[in-house]
Amino acid sequence: MISLTNAILFLLLAPIIGGLVSGIDRKLTARMQGRVGPPILQPFYDVGKLLEKENLVVTTSQNFYILSYIVFIVVSGALFFAGGDLLLVIFAFTLAHIFLVLGAYASNSPYSFVGAERELIQIIAYEPMIILSAVGMFMVTKSFFVNEIAASELPLILYLPGVFIGFLMVFTIKLRKSPFDLSTSHHAHQELVKGVTTEFTGPNLAKIEIAHWYENVFLLGFVYLFFAFNPAIAIVAIIVAYLLEILIDNTFSRVKWQLTLKSAWIVAGMMGLVNLGVLYYLAGVLI
Amino acid sequence: MIELPFLIIFPAIAAVLLLFIANETLRNAVVKIAALLIGAGTIYAFFTYFQSGLQLFSVPFEPASQIMFVLELFIALYILYVGIQCRRYLAVLLIIIQSALLIYVESVFVMGIHPEFNLFIDQFSLIMAMIIGIIGTLICVYALRYMQTYHAHHPEIKDRRRLFFFMFFVFLSGMFGLVFSNNLLWVFFFWEITTLCSFILIGYSQTKEATNNAFLALEMNLLGGVAFAGALLYLLYVDPSGQFLGIEQLLTSGYAIALVPAVLIGFAGITKAALMPFSSWLVGAMVAPTPVSALLHSSTMVKAGVYVIVRFAPVYTGTMEGLIIGLVGGFTFLLASAIAISQSNAKKVLAYSTIANLGLIVACAGVGTYKLVWAAILLIIFHAIAKSLLFLCVGTVEHRIGSKDIEDMSGLIVRMPKIAVMMFIGIAGMFLAPFGMLISKWAAIEAFIEAQFGLIFVAILAFGGSITVMFWSKWMGKIISVIPSGEKVEDTVKKEKWFVLYLLTALTVIVCLIFPLISSTLIEPFVMSVYGQTARLSQDNIVIMAMMIFLLMLMPFSLLLYRDGVKHVPAYMGGRPTTTDMRFQGSMGITRETALSNYYFEDYFGEKRLLMAGTALCFGLILLAGVLLTGVIL
Repeated sequence: MISLTNAILFLLLAPIIGGLVSGIDRKLTARMQGRVGPPILQPFYDVGKLLEKENLVVTTSQNFYILSYIVFIVVSGALFFAGGDLLLVIFAFTLAHIFLVLGAYASNSPYSFVGAERELIQIIAYEPMIILSAVGMFMVTKSFFVNEIAASELPLILYLPGVFIGFLMVFTIKLRKSPFDLSTSHHAHQELVKGVTTEFTGPNLAKIEIAHWYENVFLLGFVYLFFAFNPAIAIVAIIVAYLLEILIDNTFSRVKWQLTLKSAWIVAGMMGLVNLGVLYYLAGVLI
Repeated sequence: MIELPFLIIFPAIAAVLLLFIANETLRNAVVKIAALLIGAGTIYAFFTYFQSGLQLFSVPFEPASQIMFVLELFIALYILYVGIQCRRYLAVLLIIIQSALLIYVESVFVMGIHPEFNLFIDQFSLIMAMIIGIIGTLICVYALRYMQTYHAHHPEIKDRRRLFFFMFFVFLSGMFGLVFSNNLLWVFFFWEITTLCSFILIGYSQTKEATNNAFLALEMNLLGGVAFAGALLYLLYVDPSGQFLGIEQLLTSGYAIALVPAVLIGFAGITKAALMPFSSWLVGAMVAPTPVSALLHSSTMVKAGVYVIVRFAPVYTGTMEGLIIGLVGGFTFLLASAIAISQSNAKKVLAYSTIANLGLIVACAGVGTYKLVWAAILLIIFHAIAKSLLFLCVGTVEHRIGSKDIEDMSGLIVRMPKIAVMMFIGIAGMFLAPFGMLISKWAAIEAFIEAQFGLIFVAILAFGGSITVMFWSKWMGKIISVIPSGEKVEDTVKKEKWFVLYLLTALTVIVCLIFPLISSTLIEPFVMSVYGQTARLSQDNIVIMAMMIFLLMLMPFSLLLYRDGVKHVPAYMGGRPTTTDMRFQGSMGITRETALSNYYFEDYFGEKRLLMAGTALCFGLILLAGVLLTGVIL
């Protein structure tokens, strides 16, 4: 049932795709702000340079947590593309993120401590909606396995429009885009410094960046599932969704954690749950 | 069948022995030997019965029931006495009602009735017995050293350790009796024993707070006891020959007869499992010495509550009353998890997490499909192990650093590295993939989707589950923060404690690895025998999770890679001049100490507000169930 080839393809291709997406993102963002922007390959240059730097840490265990972080991000992404159980994929992702948070806590530094706390807030803000998305996909396709969901002929998006909107909301959080870039962000912030990643530099920061690429590819794969009935539409949908995120990133200013948590939960409740409730009701009526 | 009476009676004998032993060395020896024998007895019982399915036994000893009745009256008299002495008239009132019901039952019906089979064993009883016999006894061994230090630290508290260990072993005996009894009159007797034991153990220190909380626990549990006695009365009223007094006979008798007693006993289970609105007794119970909390939370007391509810799960399946019991559990899970975010006292966090998990177990059992019962039993096992480990870790830490506040556990990894790692594993076991509790939550989500009104529960699990991530992770974060200056203080921990802690840590991991085996030898046959079909995780997922566990165990070795070539620098302090022990130059030239504190979100997850909401909600639901039940009875 599990496809090893896909997993290996993910392992090799995801950083390339993720890095390119990140490069295009930076270019577009720059253009929106009236700048020329870096070359598309800039993210690769950045990571390459970071990898060459000296390994500076506050405490040795940070290395362990970050290595575990990237390993489990890769494992869960590979499991997703191999066609594994969606809930297990989500739980493995949570595990990976806990390692990132723990890495930040381990350094006992004020800025990364605050970043870690905020990262936790983000996790509890997005996780319910992601689980509800998986549940919604199960309700339509009767399977939690990604390969079976992807192979489904049913247009998931038509059954799950509310869930999809809810997912886009948490997509913003996961991509670390404004207005929800609470714990760390692509832009510098006065009070946070670099939040959860403050105490990471050199090879560790490079690992975090690569893990982020892997993660983004996984999230794009998740968007794909909503449109899996027609791969062409799916690719267009992914591009539109990502462009939308870039636009949101550049048009909104950062909000407080309270609003992030509340809005994420309210959207999960209003869009996700109501959508599922309707499906549930219809399933009951139709049977 | 000798194993069952042995497991019930032997702890009681050990208890009586301990009541008369004042010498400490002798007591240590007796407790250890007794613990060993009980543990061995449980394992022996496991190997004897794990393949045989349900077995019913009649007890050749005729006056057993009469002895129990007399003991019950003595317990009632004792409670009456202390109730009047301490002017707790609610407790007095409840014990009078309960005893009146019981005497009525005994005098009108039971004389001459002997249900054919008083004892039984099946895979579920066996699982419970393993939890009691292994984890319960480990806690007893741990308690030896703990109580020694406890009295050294608290000279003002009267040393009543003879009573303490007496109660501990009576508790184990009562729990064994509870899970092995088929006769509901017997179950009730053991039920009362656990109520009494918890009352005395919670009030052990005899301070005003302890006495108050002990009475709170007593009153709530007596309320459940009254409902239980009501169930007995109803059953004898329906059939005076008493044939439905056997759990097995009752479960096969169909809804018409079983529903009313099942719901009444379910209510008793809710009080004992400390679900909302009765959660306050378990939170109050943390005034007791930590081994008592460990015992109450993991292997006894609250597990008795969920045991009866899971037992009667097949009766609840598909009924409105069952759904309501499930909802009480579900809301308790959600709200208690949320309250745990706002708590900084480690024991209180553990208490609310226990309440939440019991809520989840009851939610599964109340809805009661076969997949959910499977998940519920899995939850019981994993929770017992991880929770006992966590309590004992907190107890050890408390004696060394003099606080059970999570904020004071900052940098525990430096000060008590071994304990910190164990605590870390225990916490991971409570909420992270691929450990036990998460496997059960996952199974529960999948099972709820297909159940009636399951979407409500799926939503509760989605939100409640992520809330759990928050409070556990920030605790983990606290203990693994590497503080620049910390003195190592764990060398004084005694070897008995180490032994228990190591064993529980190992169990936490091992059970995650062998849970497919536990599922296929014990849980699946049990669910199969009750429902005719059973649930299991898919083979692929089991393999993947086993791989994840191995990967997790390998990861710490990566630390070896970083022994050389790593340069250490101080944490970023915004460019302020900072000393090595994290004192920095603040404004106006004042030197300040760096203090990092977790978020607690009092405004959002405050105990008072959420507790009020939970109490109102769950009280309303129970009232609704009561109304429905009255309708059925009439």
